[in-house]
Amino acid sequence: MNIKIDSQQNNEEILVHVAGEIDVYTAPRLKEELVPLVGGENKKLTVSLKDVSYMDSTGLGLFIGLFKQLKQNDGELKLIDLSDRLKRLFEITGISNIIHISTE
Amino acid sequence: MKQVMDYIEMKIPAKPEYVGVIRLTLSGITSRMGYTYEEIEDMKIAISEACTNAVQHAYNDDEGGEIVIGFGIYQDKLEIMVADYGKSFNFTKTKEELGPYTQSSTVDQLTEGGLGLYLIETLMDKVHVTNHNGVTVFMVKYLSGESETHDTTTSNHKAD
Repeated sequence: MNIKIDSQQNNEEILVHVAGEIDVYTAPRLKEELVPLVGGENKKLTVSLKDVSYMDSTGLGLFIGLFKQLKQNDGELKLIDLSDRLKRLFEITGISNIIHISTE
Repeated sequence: MKQVMDYIEMKIPAKPEYVGVIRLTLSGITSRMGYTYEEIEDMKIAISEACTNAVQHAYNDDEGGEIVIGFGIYQDKLEIMVADYGKSFNFTKTKEELGPYTQSSTVDQLTEGGLGLYLIETLMDKVHVTNHNGVTVFMVKYLSGESETHDTTTSNHKAD
């Protein structure tokens, strides 16, 4: 079980592609990679979850943390390419009301 | 009366890297029992949340420890027990912090924890948490959707 993170940065716009499982083991590593990227004003972070095969509350917590950090600095967070499973996870927890998500 | 057909027990170190191992085991057991893909994925989240709780408490308290996971396999249901023999966490307090978030939640109200137990309750048919000599999460998922209403009970026993 592992996680792979690729990021591209173009001025304020950052696109991150995550592949693998996001859980209590991998979430801290993902956080370590993403938090430095969103430091600064007006950052627009888009995270593609297309190849995330599993995620639980540790992943949700991570994205809530990023969302708060971005919001404080007039930034934006978008989660894209969600599978139906992931979409459901964001919906039943109500997080889809707060963080912008879109499906594949 | 339906008797337990088989019982499987595993013991893992309370460390993050072993939670995925438990998910794999659960996948194997539940596929064999005939649950649907959706049900299996739901149970994977529930069992991971219970293990994550145990791992995080062991980790926060820097006391190490082990997690015992028991699977009671019946004809019509799976019972899962996740027991952590470390220090008890404050279940009542955690329960108060349970999601979901609503449209009216302000950014300040968003906490990064507290969703785990909410997910367990939402995804399983029955959940029971005991809080003596460590925390035990006991949960049930019925086969073929013959589920009862979602109910959760909590009991706190003082061991001293």
